[in-house]
Amino acid sequence: MALPARRPVGGFPAHCRIVPMPRPPPEAPLLGIEDLAGRRGDRLLFTGLSARIGPGEGLRITGPNGCGKTTALRIVCGLLPPEAGAVRWRGRLVSEAAGDPVWRREVAFVGHREALKDALTPLENLRFSCALGGARSPVRLEEALERVGLGRERDTLTRELSAGQRRRTALARLLLLRDPVLWVLDEPAAALDRGGAALVERMCAGHTAAGGAVLFTSHHPLRFGGGRVRERALAAGG
Amino acid sequence: MPPAGEGPGPAGAFVAVVRRDVRAAGRRPAEIAAPIVFFVVVAAVFPLGAGAAPATLAALAPGVLWVAALLAALLSLGRLFHEDLEDGSLDQLLLSPHPLALLAAGRAAAHWLLTGLPLLAASLPAAVLLALPGRAVPTLLGALALGTPTLSLVGAIGAALTAGVRGRSLLLPLIALPLLAPVLVFGALATRAAVIGIGPAGPLYLLAALLALSMTLAPFAIGAALAAGAE
Repeated sequence: MALPARRPVGGFPAHCRIVPMPRPPPEAPLLGIEDLAGRRGDRLLFTGLSARIGPGEGLRITGPNGCGKTTALRIVCGLLPPEAGAVRWRGRLVSEAAGDPVWRREVAFVGHREALKDALTPLENLRFSCALGGARSPVRLEEALERVGLGRERDTLTRELSAGQRRRTALARLLLLRDPVLWVLDEPAAALDRGGAALVERMCAGHTAAGGAVLFTSHHPLRFGGGRVRERALAAGG
Repeated sequence: MPPAGEGPGPAGAFVAVVRRDVRAAGRRPAEIAAPIVFFVVVAAVFPLGAGAAPATLAALAPGVLWVAALLAALLSLGRLFHEDLEDGSLDQLLLSPHPLALLAAGRAAAHWLLTGLPLLAASLPAAVLLALPGRAVPTLLGALALGTPTLSLVGAIGAALTAGVRGRSLLLPLIALPLLAPVLVFGALATRAAVIGIGPAGPLYLLAALLALSMTLAPFAIGAALAAGAE
């Protein structure tokens, strides 16, 4: 029995080909940390740090003093070379992306040294950060300082501010930089009072809600992101 | 005011670096004054040691003025990047989307505005103290105008290399002096030529060539040194 001639499925005209829909790529993590090891001077600080951070997620790195938390953050930012392992941002090695303006626009780093000039006011320091990072209209500078609770200190010299107020100024930078997706925060709540810690939590919550990612070290847990904040303890190196 | 959402471009970042450094230094006038005072004091004290005969002084003045200018520049270079490293600003420079060489050039430009330019002004009383003949003063000013930016640019390479080093006050002169020797040689040569009354054009052209070379290459060297130093 002769087979009937093949007909287009579902009555499509013969010249139509059925092409499968392109499948969306699997949810790629923004930041991938793979078996990272870090060293300071001659000392191997930690080994085997692996983690993935996706949009809207947070990762807290924990460990005792001197275990290399700050070093780990600096490696992630591309400021230090890893001793072993790799850091990938959107699938690309950070060490290769380091010179890439796009990657640098997407990461914002607030270290435990605040990068403030003592002889300038918080407002002038922020204005400089804006110029350095590519930022929005200067009108928002005052607004950012208001939001971190420094509305009245904006014209005080930074050297006259308390440690907590300096930290708040550094945090205000996060509100100004144009489009960082990844916040890397080293002890963001250090030296801050209870209100300040709540401010950090609110800022991180807002950032993750908007699809950003937060990588931070903290001796006190910061509550934000509703369970999307994971923890990794640093394992001491050999 | 830039429109919302648009940040300042690379040129804006360069200007911002210069403006920040000049403004911060303006609030600590003692730090800007120190190298300038050093320069003038050398010129004032030198005749006490070398004798005040105008002919002797005039013969030695070009060399003394240039050695003093070189040491004054070195004096202020030590802090240039060390402070940035200490307070964390260097990390922000390295993470900026703007080219590091441009930001480094901004730091060197600010250094020149804060030490090179005042040195030009201070060279007038210093020239009087050293009995430099009046006909040599325009050449001295021209040579300093060409030479001091090179001192800032090339010296900043040394400052960037030694920013994180503990013995940097010892190391910086060791690194920078050999690189800066040509500026000293040609600067003093031009000034001496003007004192004697022969044309100073040759050494001046060489100073200009050194300036052009350092303006184009030094920012990249400073940037590379800073990036390596952060590690």
